[in-house]
Amino acid sequence: MIISVASGKGGTGKTLVSTSLALSIKDKYNVQYLDCDVEEPNGHIFLKPDITRSEEVAIPVPGIDEEKCTYCGKCAEVCAYNAIAVVKEHVLTFPELCHGCGACSYLCPEKAISEVPHVIGVTETGRADSIDFGHGKLSIGQAMAPPVIRKVKGLADTEKVVIIDASPGTSCPVVEAIKESDFCLLVTEPTPFGLNDLVLAVETVRQLNIPCGIVLNRAGVGDGKTEEYCRKENIPVLMTIPLDTAIAGLYSRGISLVEGMPHYKNGFIGLFDKIKEVVNEGTINS
Amino acid sequence: MKELLILSGKGGTGKTSIVGSFASIAQNKIMADCDVDAADLHLLLAPSVREKNEFLSGQVAVIDEDKCIECGLCQDECRFDAISNYRVDPISCEGCGFCSHICPVEAITMNECKAGEWFISDSKYGLLVHARLGVAQENSGKLVALVRQQAKELAEKNGLDYIISDGPPGIGCPVISSLSGVSLALIVTEPTLSGIHDMERVLGVCQHFGVPAMVCINKCDINDENTQAIQDYCREKGVEVAAKVPFDNAVTEAMVKGISVVEYTDSKVAREIKSLWKYIDRKLQG
Repeated sequence: MIISVASGKGGTGKTLVSTSLALSIKDKYNVQYLDCDVEEPNGHIFLKPDITRSEEVAIPVPGIDEEKCTYCGKCAEVCAYNAIAVVKEHVLTFPELCHGCGACSYLCPEKAISEVPHVIGVTETGRADSIDFGHGKLSIGQAMAPPVIRKVKGLADTEKVVIIDASPGTSCPVVEAIKESDFCLLVTEPTPFGLNDLVLAVETVRQLNIPCGIVLNRAGVGDGKTEEYCRKENIPVLMTIPLDTAIAGLYSRGISLVEGMPHYKNGFIGLFDKIKEVVNEGTINS
Repeated sequence: MKELLILSGKGGTGKTSIVGSFASIAQNKIMADCDVDAADLHLLLAPSVREKNEFLSGQVAVIDEDKCIECGLCQDECRFDAISNYRVDPISCEGCGFCSHICPVEAITMNECKAGEWFISDSKYGLLVHARLGVAQENSGKLVALVRQQAKELAEKNGLDYIISDGPPGIGCPVISSLSGVSLALIVTEPTLSGIHDMERVLGVCQHFGVPAMVCINKCDINDENTQAIQDYCREKGVEVAAKVPFDNAVTEAMVKGISVVEYTDSKVAREIKSLWKYIDRKLQG
């Protein structure tokens, strides 16, 4: 079973919820935590895994064999991302724009293009106590998060309960992280910004046909419009976490909520049970 | 004309609240919301849309069932697993066009798709250029570039001194697109381990692209030790800490009222943000 955790707005508590959920159910289930916020992964700060394996993520980019190249310009013509330009007797490649689709090398009439790996990030795996841990890190200055996210998701062991921490927003990195999930938890806060972005996140999740539910974090701040929205749209609020400076204090020091305040553990176990009910999944290891 | 971009790495550190305040204090400026997939600045600026445009970008492959001979070449070669059973999944399709070039019976065409909308609006603090990326769409970087281009043209036409841009979270494609060639990036961080981790990465991106950056520590009093750690880190890296803004519920209260915090209160949080703007103003004009 794959549960993804997304939000729309950043800083609403995705990592707080996903790490605490993983820690709360690890005694009863085999849990894998995958941090797919590869631009700014934070799960490791709270789970403190022993990283035992590290693997570079590379996308294939064109390498031009100038001996064979006739500068016909076909590669530049077929590239949809302007990652190749042929200027007189020179071929310029821009690896940071390349999506690695392979069209140029396949279609080059002289077979002058081979694909060479261009490193854009890394995945790291290990264990945090009994939790299988994996995350990806996009290299500084690289633009394309989705290939790194795909690599992290490739680590998923669906025999386990897989918890995916997504990035904020609603565009391609989020879609890449949450698609194929059995359930998507949307963490929000009851403020106008939180609600505005929640609505966008709900639209995204619905477009992908993933069942979703809400965790309302910092309840007590802001206004009541988020609950109103959830009622109207018939989206279940599965858990409420109050606004509490003690929680913020734990978070600031990199201590997960359920480690700092163990009485929350039952709430997260209850959250998981509700998700399980929705997914109606019978193949989880117990 | 100078362009100030507000970034954070981590979401939810207070970028938009600070931009909203700058918008109400600064003179002779235009605002640009570069967080196109979870835009919130309009909630503070109450814009009335003057001009609405479609954002056409990216392409999606479409297979003509009548022509298709089901040879399977397209699905074998697609690197994004976007074709199965001779149908294209528009969400997975990255628009590379490879399939359309190799289809032996020319059954695949690439259709341009509407990927969002962008707006020029009048707000109570002046012009705002903002956008809305379609749900689950790609090319947020392209839309950001478009928003910035429009803001720049309007600023030049109207003889304005500043473009104040609200940036997206993360370090990937839309951040890089927001960052190229700006006069100054202000990194809004918070004294949490996650905030620090993410600030370090986004400062790395600024350095990578040669953009001058300074730091604002928001909610500086939630963890004094971490605030000190940020100051130490910045000193070591030669990055200026331009302001320390205390935590104040007034920020959320102002958001609920749909106004900037500097209009809502005279408390320390507002005074710090005002003096931060004064400082940036001097810095950019000097």
